[in-house]
Amino acid sequence: MAQSTLSLSGASAPLVLTREEEFVKRKPRTLWSDAWNKFRRHTTAMIGVGVLLFIVLAVIVGPFLYTRSPAKLDFGNTKSPPTAENIFGTNHLGQDQLARILTGGRISIAVGIVAMLVAIFLGILIGAIAGFFGGAVDGWLMRITELFLSLPVLPVLIMTIYLFREPLRAAFGLSLGVFFLMVLLIGLFNWMSVARVVRASFLSLKQKEFVEAANCLGVPTRSIIFRHILPNVLSPVIVAATIAVGEAIVTESTLSFLGLGFPPDFPTWGRMLFDAQDYLSQHPHIALVPGALIFITVLSINYVGDGLRDALDPRSLLRG
Amino acid sequence: MNQYFIRRILIAIPTILAISFIIFAVLSLSPNDPMSQFALNPAVPPEVRENIRRSLGLDQPWPVRYVRWLYTLVTTGDLGFSFSARIPVTTLIFQRLPTTLWVIGSAYVISVLLAIPLGIISAVKQYSIFDHIATTFAFIGFSVPTFFTGLILILIFGVRLRWFPWIYDSTIKVTDADSLLLLIKQSVLPITVLALFQTATLMRYVRASMLENLPQDYVRTARSKGLSERAILFGHVFRNSLIPVVTLIALGIPGIFTGALITEQIFRVPGIGSLLVSSFNSSDTPVIMAVTIIFALLVVVFNLIVDVLYGFLDPRIKYN
Repeated sequence: MAQSTLSLSGASAPLVLTREEEFVKRKPRTLWSDAWNKFRRHTTAMIGVGVLLFIVLAVIVGPFLYTRSPAKLDFGNTKSPPTAENIFGTNHLGQDQLARILTGGRISIAVGIVAMLVAIFLGILIGAIAGFFGGAVDGWLMRITELFLSLPVLPVLIMTIYLFREPLRAAFGLSLGVFFLMVLLIGLFNWMSVARVVRASFLSLKQKEFVEAANCLGVPTRSIIFRHILPNVLSPVIVAATIAVGEAIVTESTLSFLGLGFPPDFPTWGRMLFDAQDYLSQHPHIALVPGALIFITVLSINYVGDGLRDALDPRSLLRG
Repeated sequence: MNQYFIRRILIAIPTILAISFIIFAVLSLSPNDPMSQFALNPAVPPEVRENIRRSLGLDQPWPVRYVRWLYTLVTTGDLGFSFSARIPVTTLIFQRLPTTLWVIGSAYVISVLLAIPLGIISAVKQYSIFDHIATTFAFIGFSVPTFFTGLILILIFGVRLRWFPWIYDSTIKVTDADSLLLLIKQSVLPITVLALFQTATLMRYVRASMLENLPQDYVRTARSKGLSERAILFGHVFRNSLIPVVTLIALGIPGIFTGALITEQIFRVPGIGSLLVSSFNSSDTPVIMAVTIIFALLVVVFNLIVDVLYGFLDPRIKYN
């Protein structure tokens, strides 16, 4: 760092800086740079970031480079083990597994991210309102949160999908309808922990002087909530958001694995596992590759979440 | 104690009511028409269809139907009639429920028995090799989706080693030692899948909670009194550590039922989870509704048990 400040100084500037000058010229340390420095030292989290970047890049760029169709049937070459021709083998319809993994990964990861956004949006909204206004509003919102926490998520999800799948398909078409349904439902059943964290932070932050100052200046309530208090709550929300992506991917895979999610022509990783189940004893590779990918993705996300938690929120030892 | 117990039950009742109300509302607001099957049948003219609708009370607004449904359920225990099995839903559920409870129950007991000692050792010998292995195992066990663990176990212990059957045979009646052994053998894999996930989750909680209590002042006091390490660990630290663990167990209960649903599907265990999936596929609305409510009921009941345990563990909680 000292070298870079030296090289920046012009010809007339003194060549040697005093300690104080150097201290002033050094790039200021911010909350985020501190967090990054801490995060960088978390080995498993860094490995997780690397693996995730690789997977995300692969599913985004992959289908452009590896142009084989994921849907093309080849009944002369079904259930082939991995070969030079088909790197991950083929499934029971002779479709190329690598091509399916790449396109399927797009859907799985997109579902994870969008469902997370839905959950975070709901969580922040409900948590902020409950924490900021307190009183009866808080009481009712928290009761609703507890109610959602004690719902058996998967059975309720299954029931809701059963009821709303057909009309949504009719309205948005086969793929988009199921996508909307999945994302909305997974988000709808996953906002509770975010809401609790946001509410707890709001309860203490709204008593602080800077909120009082904003109030005195006549800042509207909405701005106080979203522009003044909310940025202070970001760290736990970021951690929760990371974990929520993993949870959403698992939930989508689980539903698809039970045959209740995406239709067969949308090869999400869970759906591929569902199709591979029947051939498990003879051709395990059909199931192992998508299964391992779900596992690796979720494990990486959880490690990243763990690293972020250490970096951003060192006090929370207990939250699982 | 009795008063506390009664209070908890009184709080649980509105929760169950609220959950059943939500489920009923979702069901009623969905655009699916239960009469649509008749619409396709030319032998049923529209006016007859209207008569059937009126005789079933379907012309009433749904809040009225909810009250009626609830009244029937409470007074007669009637949950309706299965479309596909052609028997009362209650009969169907009581056939399936014992199997689910047996698998979940044993998995839970095993995971508690494993997680507590593992978590304690891990915390007492923090940063030892044992701790590193145990925490890594816990992290992986917590991240791997249950359906993938199930498939891997089937591959290793079912297909390759042939130690355990991987399809659950519900016709086995326990009459002698041999049939009991058979029952245990076929339950091993489903129970292992569930226990693995639960152990990993619980172990993390136990470890974190122990670590929080170990450096406390009361531990030093106990040590300076000359108590044995054993007495300090089990009589003081462990008892205090259990309190947050019990709370976290309560929050994890809906997750156990999710896991049970998947394992039942993988190993073809005829429990209520697989009943839900098969009713989904055969569009058996009364069963879907009933099973979802039974799941919700089980979650509330287990939460109640945990709450009572909580009061028993923490003497600071007032029973009045």
